[in-house]
Amino acid sequence: MNITKKSNKVRSDLLTYAGVMLAFIVLTLLKNNGVLNRSMTGLLVPICCYIVMAVSLNLTVGILGDLSLGHAGFMSVGAFTGIITAMSLADAIPSVALRLALAMVVGAFFAAIMGFLIGIPVLRLKGDYLAIVTLAFGEIIKELITCLIVGSDSNGLHIIFNVTGSKSANDLNLAEGGRIIIKGAQGATGTQTIATFTAGFILIMITLVIVQNLIRSRHGRAIMAVRDNRIAAESVGIPVTRYRMMAFVTSAALAGAAGALFGLNYSNLAAAKFDFNTSILVLVFVVLGGLGNIWGSILATVVLYVLPEALRSFANYRMLIYAIVLILVMLATNNPILKSAVANFRQRFQKNKEEVTEQ
Amino acid sequence: MKFLAYLVSGISLGSIYAIIALGYTMVYGIAKMLNFAHGDVIMIGGYISFLAATNLGLPTLVSVLLAMVVCTVLGIVIEALAYKPLRSAPSLAVLITAIGVSYLLQNAALLIWGANPKSYTPVVEGTLHLFDGQLSVSYVSLLTVACCIVIMVGLTLFTNRTKMGKAMRACSEDKGAAQLMGINVNRTISLTFAIGSALAAIAGALLCSFSPTLMPTTGAMPGIKAFTAAVFGGIGSIPGAFLGGILLGVIEALAKGYISTQLSNSIVFAVLIIILLVRPAGLLGKNTQEKV
Amino acid sequence: MKKVLAFVLAVVMVFALAACGGSSSAPAATQAPAAAAPADAAPAAGAFKIGSQGPLTGGAAIYGTAVMNAIQIAVDEVNAMGGIQFEFQSQDDEADSGDKAVNAYNNLMDWGMQVMVGTVTSGSGITVAAQAYQDRTFMLTPSGSSVDLIADKDNAFQVCFTDPNQGVGSADYLAENFAGAKVAVIYRNDDAYSQGIRDTFVAEAAVKGVEVVYEGTFTNDTATDFTVQLTAAKDAGADMLFLPIYYQPAAVILTQANQMGYAPTVFGVDGMDGILTLENFDTALAEGVYLLTPFSADADDARTQAFVAEYEKRYGETPNQFAADGYDGVFIVKAALEAAGCTPDMSSTEICEALIQVMPTISVDGITGEGMTWAATGEVSKAPMAVVIKDGVYVTP
Repeated sequence: MNITKKSNKVRSDLLTYAGVMLAFIVLTLLKNNGVLNRSMTGLLVPICCYIVMAVSLNLTVGILGDLSLGHAGFMSVGAFTGIITAMSLADAIPSVALRLALAMVVGAFFAAIMGFLIGIPVLRLKGDYLAIVTLAFGEIIKELITCLIVGSDSNGLHIIFNVTGSKSANDLNLAEGGRIIIKGAQGATGTQTIATFTAGFILIMITLVIVQNLIRSRHGRAIMAVRDNRIAAESVGIPVTRYRMMAFVTSAALAGAAGALFGLNYSNLAAAKFDFNTSILVLVFVVLGGLGNIWGSILATVVLYVLPEALRSFANYRMLIYAIVLILVMLATNNPILKSAVANFRQRFQKNKEEVTEQ
Repeated sequence: MKFLAYLVSGISLGSIYAIIALGYTMVYGIAKMLNFAHGDVIMIGGYISFLAATNLGLPTLVSVLLAMVVCTVLGIVIEALAYKPLRSAPSLAVLITAIGVSYLLQNAALLIWGANPKSYTPVVEGTLHLFDGQLSVSYVSLLTVACCIVIMVGLTLFTNRTKMGKAMRACSEDKGAAQLMGINVNRTISLTFAIGSALAAIAGALLCSFSPTLMPTTGAMPGIKAFTAAVFGGIGSIPGAFLGGILLGVIEALAKGYISTQLSNSIVFAVLIIILLVRPAGLLGKNTQEKV
Repeated sequence: MKKVLAFVLAVVMVFALAACGGSSSAPAATQAPAAAAPADAAPAAGAFKIGSQGPLTGGAAIYGTAVMNAIQIAVDEVNAMGGIQFEFQSQDDEADSGDKAVNAYNNLMDWGMQVMVGTVTSGSGITVAAQAYQDRTFMLTPSGSSVDLIADKDNAFQVCFTDPNQGVGSADYLAENFAGAKVAVIYRNDDAYSQGIRDTFVAEAAVKGVEVVYEGTFTNDTATDFTVQLTAAKDAGADMLFLPIYYQPAAVILTQANQMGYAPTVFGVDGMDGILTLENFDTALAEGVYLLTPFSADADDARTQAFVAEYEKRYGETPNQFAADGYDGVFIVKAALEAAGCTPDMSSTEICEALIQVMPTISVDGITGEGMTWAATGEVSKAPMAVVIKDGVYVTP
């Protein structure tokens, strides 16, 4: 019994990989043959970023069981460190792919450090208090980055932290040929857009490998034990804080990589983009996809990200309809009658399948 | 004198946060859900009282009362349609639904009343000048502080002394046990929403009197700030919401005045984090011991 | 689960369709959806497809709605004139500089947009301009005032002043007319527009010897309370308040300053325009406010009056400077297309190259300026006009 269960899980993991790969191949073929229109093609990279965001947040919310309302903060850290990396190395590393990869690694690294620093206080709390502290950190990161002015020239990076509001990009004193990378409120302007769908796909695959292997590993089981009952887990000798930190930092690092990819897809990006609303947006993907359900997160992200775009023909009613759909979907998926109906259906379906295999 | 002036603006702003936080904490305490749509109910309250006073020419008090009635009905309807079916669902599902309701209210307001802001006429006008005009306190701020205290005392008395209030506390402690004691849990929660929404209407009128630009997004940020204030004071605790709100306002004002206007929000949040590390359940929150 | 989702979606769409249908017959009190295609003025065959994008939902919706409404009016006027015909579509970009801006732009391109009269905000404009530069799409932004929007892009032009232009203009005006004033600046530091004007204003003020005694900031999140900044400004002895911000927070500042009994001379920029049209605003508070604006709804020339009357008739409110910029944008594009001799069957790339050639050569009279001309960089040249509010109307000081 146990063995079948385990192999079921492995099979579902493999199915997830296969599904993502299939989607990538189909979409690439469609794109290259000009079947996808511009709007669809334009959605591919942001969807990849949001999928990674959703899967990584699922690690915190679904697997670790802590509600985080500041996930966009990590994305922001990743985006801006990634942009700085890619832009300042524009001359040193001509290969775009290499620069993009490096930017994502650096983005992930700084987001991980931020995750660790934030994790120290955050993980001492629980429930809604933990949620509000993550929200607070998200807002703090947003304000700090708004104060940041960064430029690079032949002498290296110049960074001004504009606390009093009296500095501007001119105070960087850049040498001839230097370029301003981040301009305070305006954010990063003039970024070379080097992100690609292929990079997005690779990032999703890496994310899936990391997250799914973590969940299925000994560490993952420990993390879930902490989620289900912290005190019981502690009493059997699981180092609770270490495991919580592990999940939290992994989640932050992945969000950072997604942020770097996102940041390098647009020539202008302001820190205000990564506010509370973006954190909430990703949380909606996770909850709708099902807590702890990786495949669900991916599907929900695609559906919910495309939905407001698909509703463009409704003009001004677009966001109103989006809100109504969101509420109705939450009500429908949590309706006890529907839920039991789905469960029944699934049971019957599985029974049929078992009968088939027995034959 | 400068310090005093900052303190006064801090308390004025804080009392606005406090009055919103009271509604938040009330609903959280009983229904155990973060009602993110609360800020938007405040916005609706602002619009209703604005339209009643400006377009229908009703007296201020009547227009605020009308807004209270409309918001109460709105609160009950939202609760019945969106939250009641999710009573047994995980709390996150309710949270997302509340966010959906928040989007819905904002966008409905945008479509109904347009994107152009409206300038709200304060419910009371005028300013009290002290020390030869060196220190000025607007009557709106005085009224807000007074309202806060009255509402806080009123809510405390209500939950402690009346039968309905006892039922609320019982629901807050343990819904299942309360039901076994013959308390109608659903009705109690609906009542909580009704009270919370009526308070939101008052908060809307006061918020817009203090900061007179009324837009569909007016309630969003004060809503989040008030939520922070409620957590600050210990969410679920009525005096905590008051204390949290005032403190948040004062910290924000002093940070703006003495440290940096750029980072005032960050400083507020940093103080919040420190407080929560020292007192993990907020200033006046109960720290429950977990048993296995 | 998927079936449920599909079902729910279908139900909602039916509901929404019903709602859309219902509202068009509703009284004019509700705002007409800006993006809805005009049913009354169906464009003739062979019309140029012009597109625009801006925030139609969210906190900045007022600017997007104003521009789209005005463009619609201008397009209808152009179509009624005969000659060049336009077909117009607008998309919502939520004033976002990232994915939403590009999504909106891609939608317009899929529709077949030939000329862009957008974007409304600077943030999305910088992103879209970079994209349009690669695609070779001509872009004329009505109100995206950032220098970065047009920098190094030959295809992007502006109808409004650039931010530095306004900052320098304001500082010069103060130096000339208010010598010896002690100036306090309150600006929004998470907004590129506000920050951009502030930067150049402070730099120019130092050159011209205008004394800046206090600088206070706020963000979108702290825009409800300005009493601390006002107290500090008062304490620093400022008798002049420079507000390079939009009129909604400015209205709050004026109200709160009044409550404090603090009455400095207030000087605003073009974002201040609109304060008199704020519904129910006590215009006595704005008495004596100076502002630099290219447009005044009270101007007595026939064209402005006709535009204001039409706007009020259609949308029930007075147009602001954003609307005026959008209105002018359409006529500028028309003049440029005529000068370049473009025809609707040309591709967006061909039109772009042709327009880039003629833009520096044309001169257009609009409601935001007489004889507007353009540098090849994309910057407009028109005179900023300083006005002061007296008895609830703009007058030249």
